[in-house]
Amino acid sequence: MSKNTRRDILRTTAGAGSIALISWFGPRADPAGADSLAPQAVASRTFSYFTAPEITFIDAAVSRLIPADELGPGAKEAGVTFFIDQQLAGSFGRAETWYMQGPWKEGTPEQGYQLKLTPAQLYRVGIQGIDDYCRRTFNKKTFAELGAGDQDKILHGLEKGEIELAGAPAKEFFAMLWQNTNEGFFADPIYGGNRDFAGWKLIGFPGPRYNYVNEIEQYGKPYTLPTVGLMGRNGSALRKG
Amino acid sequence: MATKLKPVDVVLVGFGWTASILAKELTDAGLQVLAIERGKFRDTVPDFATTHIQDELKYAVRGGLFEDPARETLTFRNSLDQTALPMRHLGSFNPASGVGGAGIHWNGQNWRFLPTDFQILIHTEARYGKNFIPADMTIQDWGVTYDDLEPYYDKFEYLCGISGQAGNVQGKIQSGGNPFEGPRARGYPLPPLKRSYATVLFDKAAKDVGLKPFPCAAANTSQPYKNPYGVQMGQCTYCGFCEWFACGNYSKSSPQTTIFPALLPKDNFSYRTLCDVTRVNLDSTGKRATGVTYVDVQGREFEQPAELVILCAFAQHNVHLLLLSGIGRPYDPKTNQGVTGRNYAYQITSSVNVFLDENMNPFMGAGALGQAVDEFNGDNFDHGPLGFIGGGYIALWTTGGRPILQQHGAPEGTPKWGGGWKKSMHENYLKSVSVATHGSVMSYRDSYLDLDPTYRDVYGNPLLRLTFDFHDNEHKMSKFETDKAALIAKAMKPRSIKINYREGHYSILPYETTHNTGGAVMGADPKTSVVNRYLQSWDVSNVFVMGSSVFPQNPGYNPTGTVGALAYWAADAIRTKYLKNPGPLVQA
Amino acid sequence: MRTTRFAFGLVGLLGLSLANAIPAGAQGTTYTTIERGRYLVNAGDCASCHTDQGGKPYAGGLAVPTPFGVIYSTNITPDPATGIGKWSEQDFYKAMHNGIDRDGKHLYPAFPYPWFTKVSRDDVGAIKAFLDTLTPVRQANKPTELHWPLNMREVMAGWNELYFHEGALKADPTKSEQWNRGAYLVEGLGHCGACHTATNELGAPKAGETLKGGDFGEHWYAPSLTSGLRDGLGGWSAAEIVEYLKTGANAKSAAAGPMAEVIKNSTQYLNDADLNAVAAYLKDFPVGKAKVTTTIDINKQALSRGEALYVDNCTGCHMENGEGLAQAFPPLKGSSAVQAKTPDTVIHVVLAGAKMAATPGKLTGLAMPAFDWKLDDKEVADLVNYIRNAWGNHASLTSVDTVSKVRRDVEHGGG
Repeated sequence: MSKNTRRDILRTTAGAGSIALISWFGPRADPAGADSLAPQAVASRTFSYFTAPEITFIDAAVSRLIPADELGPGAKEAGVTFFIDQQLAGSFGRAETWYMQGPWKEGTPEQGYQLKLTPAQLYRVGIQGIDDYCRRTFNKKTFAELGAGDQDKILHGLEKGEIELAGAPAKEFFAMLWQNTNEGFFADPIYGGNRDFAGWKLIGFPGPRYNYVNEIEQYGKPYTLPTVGLMGRNGSALRKG
Repeated sequence: MATKLKPVDVVLVGFGWTASILAKELTDAGLQVLAIERGKFRDTVPDFATTHIQDELKYAVRGGLFEDPARETLTFRNSLDQTALPMRHLGSFNPASGVGGAGIHWNGQNWRFLPTDFQILIHTEARYGKNFIPADMTIQDWGVTYDDLEPYYDKFEYLCGISGQAGNVQGKIQSGGNPFEGPRARGYPLPPLKRSYATVLFDKAAKDVGLKPFPCAAANTSQPYKNPYGVQMGQCTYCGFCEWFACGNYSKSSPQTTIFPALLPKDNFSYRTLCDVTRVNLDSTGKRATGVTYVDVQGREFEQPAELVILCAFAQHNVHLLLLSGIGRPYDPKTNQGVTGRNYAYQITSSVNVFLDENMNPFMGAGALGQAVDEFNGDNFDHGPLGFIGGGYIALWTTGGRPILQQHGAPEGTPKWGGGWKKSMHENYLKSVSVATHGSVMSYRDSYLDLDPTYRDVYGNPLLRLTFDFHDNEHKMSKFETDKAALIAKAMKPRSIKINYREGHYSILPYETTHNTGGAVMGADPKTSVVNRYLQSWDVSNVFVMGSSVFPQNPGYNPTGTVGALAYWAADAIRTKYLKNPGPLVQA
Repeated sequence: MRTTRFAFGLVGLLGLSLANAIPAGAQGTTYTTIERGRYLVNAGDCASCHTDQGGKPYAGGLAVPTPFGVIYSTNITPDPATGIGKWSEQDFYKAMHNGIDRDGKHLYPAFPYPWFTKVSRDDVGAIKAFLDTLTPVRQANKPTELHWPLNMREVMAGWNELYFHEGALKADPTKSEQWNRGAYLVEGLGHCGACHTATNELGAPKAGETLKGGDFGEHWYAPSLTSGLRDGLGGWSAAEIVEYLKTGANAKSAAAGPMAEVIKNSTQYLNDADLNAVAAYLKDFPVGKAKVTTTIDINKQALSRGEALYVDNCTGCHMENGEGLAQAFPPLKGSSAVQAKTPDTVIHVVLAGAKMAATPGKLTGLAMPAFDWKLDDKEVADLVNYIRNAWGNHASLTSVDTVSKVRRDVEHGGG
């Protein structure tokens, strides 16, 4: 809060010839503080990490994990592919907060994630491995080119660890894909998924609201206010202009 | 070469709950106090502002308020025959980094331990006989009693503005409270929170099966509250973003909302952030601390001399520092010798998902909005025929309905993903709740902390190594609790329930609780404890250790209430005993 | 946060005892004169201008923006070379009473001598006695950066001719002693009218507008202190005025922005007798002709948009009924600050947030976050119009353009 800010504040109304009705007096008070914590929203829907074939794969995979149906949009329509892309291009994808020092050993299931791969690398290697598997097993077709039934079978196989992938354990890959799909379907729309509140509207979550003092004791009564996100009632707002 | 700084009277390692309490109490006594915190400064505005804090991805999922394992983590194994591997990302527990510590991101579930919890060994032997205790179970008495701590529980509760219904005031059982709690001098400072629908249903169901439910004591204020320090809090508005988030409207008790306005302006208090304490320095005798060494954000090393060193970091971090500094003989499970690192414990939890027909509005909630029964905690029930020690409370908490991580499960047979899963989410989100059990974990010879032989932190120091698993005793107890929970759940007349027993080994994922305890246990005997009853190190009398690090084993309640009480108890001992006559307060 | 710590540090440094009662019957002794001077310096809020942010106490150097350029406050420590160490009591009196410095040059009324002229000679002497005890600081005064022709101090002679009424305040024999004391404080050292009175193009208080509200600048509007029910103190009791000045907040409002500084640096140190006197004086202030605002014709859709924004953004603290939370968050419903003549303060606070003063009576310094990144100009306009016209509130409408202007002008803190 330097004193120079006061000079910056001064408007050159006098210089422009008109003198505003302003008092002589003006020590500035400190406002409450900058909001550098405003959410790191996504600026536009341009993919930053995935290649085109990877986008195709993820689109197809998440369409099976959370399909579009009579209940509403699925993961793909909700922008989950873009969400995952943005996460992988950022701190999560780089495992910035994770302990990524060696040595690297395979642990017990109870010891959790022990791969040397960052999430971004896991996706790259995993998607490659699955498409390779599909091409070998399904007559040169990639995952996205298969029918829904085959796709589901493959996903179940990955989930159980029954499919061997080169370079990455299938189970780990599936677990991360499902986790990120869930996140993308249900996180605030500013991160690129849950478009138009698709996920929240499916389940009836009204969004981040800060006052249920009256409503909490209205037992059984549905909450009827429109869905809201961190940037307001517009569910496709990626960032304020 | 570390730069030596001007000495202070007291240096506090960490700046969370216990540091804030000690800082206030010791600066009030006229001492110069410095707190050194590894994380950054945080306050309600701007860091926890209502405008951005309800961001589940950023905070709950990606851990915006938590520590980064990249900087410091621990290694983990279930048993001695395994190789411990690093906890590479957070899972089972979420320690904090930053001023206020986990005190800003807890739920606010506030309990007192039972009188028998503090004298578990003497009591269990008397009631069930020595042979009732398994050979490898190393439970021990605390060295303090509930009666010793009662005034300090009270002090912490009035600091926080706990909203609750007392159950036992001066020996008189109060209707609507917990009939099993230890006697308290007076009631809570604030009435209980408003009830959610689910807690009302649980209350009725518990009564129907013959139990005595009560509202859980909450560090979420039910009304605006001005505490004895003159600090003003707001009122909880049931926003449903409590644990893993921080409060934007001053209604969750934390160091920021209860202590800072009375502490930070004081001339004799200061703090440094983004500084990692790496050692407690000892003189050549090894019996006296000269201060601490820390590394600042630029990597420069400093030596901070002090007359009194108090470890106020999170549970296992205190133990890590003791081990790195050579305070107390390190515990060796093979020989059963040594004390530092001994008796690590945790919590064993389970749940029953309840699928109802009515709208529960799960997204309306507060961190400690719950209804509980305590019949099956501590030694409130006859363990003789059951063959285990310990217990826990059973509660229905309505803390929120956050869509990514608080999906209350799906009915039996629901597919894990796909159209069927989607349909279940659609049909069940608004209509499902969970009954939770929150069980004790005893201490064992092979549950302990030491230094890892292989993995290092960013300073090249060995990581802490955790060896821990659930034992038969805990599994037995947890199954018993879970069955009781299912009984109550069924009495809620649901569409269906799904019982989730806690089975198998303890895993470092997924999240369970951040109730890590032990490693620097308190007690009457220096052969089995690191600190005495005043939380003073037996070996280095000008070092005190705070937090759940000192719990000899972990009872069936959330730890923070007792952590706060012990901090006030220790502060009192320092003010009234230690300062007058520095040196060991208890003869070994 | 920093302002709070700085203010405390300042207090600590000076070793001020906070609740000074003027000792009765001990007049004339050096010690009591100095203590009285200390008390009066707090009442006059000298520190707010004469101590720079992060600067040494009373050494000046604070940039004070005016519509005519920037003026820097002067060094009033007793340094003989750069402060007022060489000034006699007479020199100092001429400055306070006539707005003329030791060298005979005119001072600019950014230094509120038009109000300080009302202070008695005795009190001015005590102030000087206290200032003489400060630690001398060698810090040369910065030249002003005023636009021509105001950079020529002689011009002030003309301004004084038109607008300056020199002379100590004469007590009104028809009023009580308490009222007169209140008048003395408000019209003199307190210089409340310097902010709370509308000014003309030359920065002089407009005749007939005394204490009816004024534009402080930087989009802070100093509300009316007259007895208007809607936008003045008509709905406040004397006790509420006292509580506000002493602690920074009451059931009706909480000081934010520049007024929070006044509370922190000045009025919290007034003793209860003086606070009651100020309250008595203000409560007796005539209402004057009611300002008839044209019937607010708010587009229903706009109002409903504003309501939605209010529900989505504000109810966590200000509650659904706009009543805030007793002892914690100020009400918006019925608030005179919210219904002030111009919407600037409300816009400012919505965009940049605000922090309450931390005083011994109210330690906490509760704060409101900034909404500038979250709401665009149209949303802020809708929201502000709603707040100023909901729950029985009634005030002029603001436009998107006004919000844009405030947003441009207001820096929302350096973090």
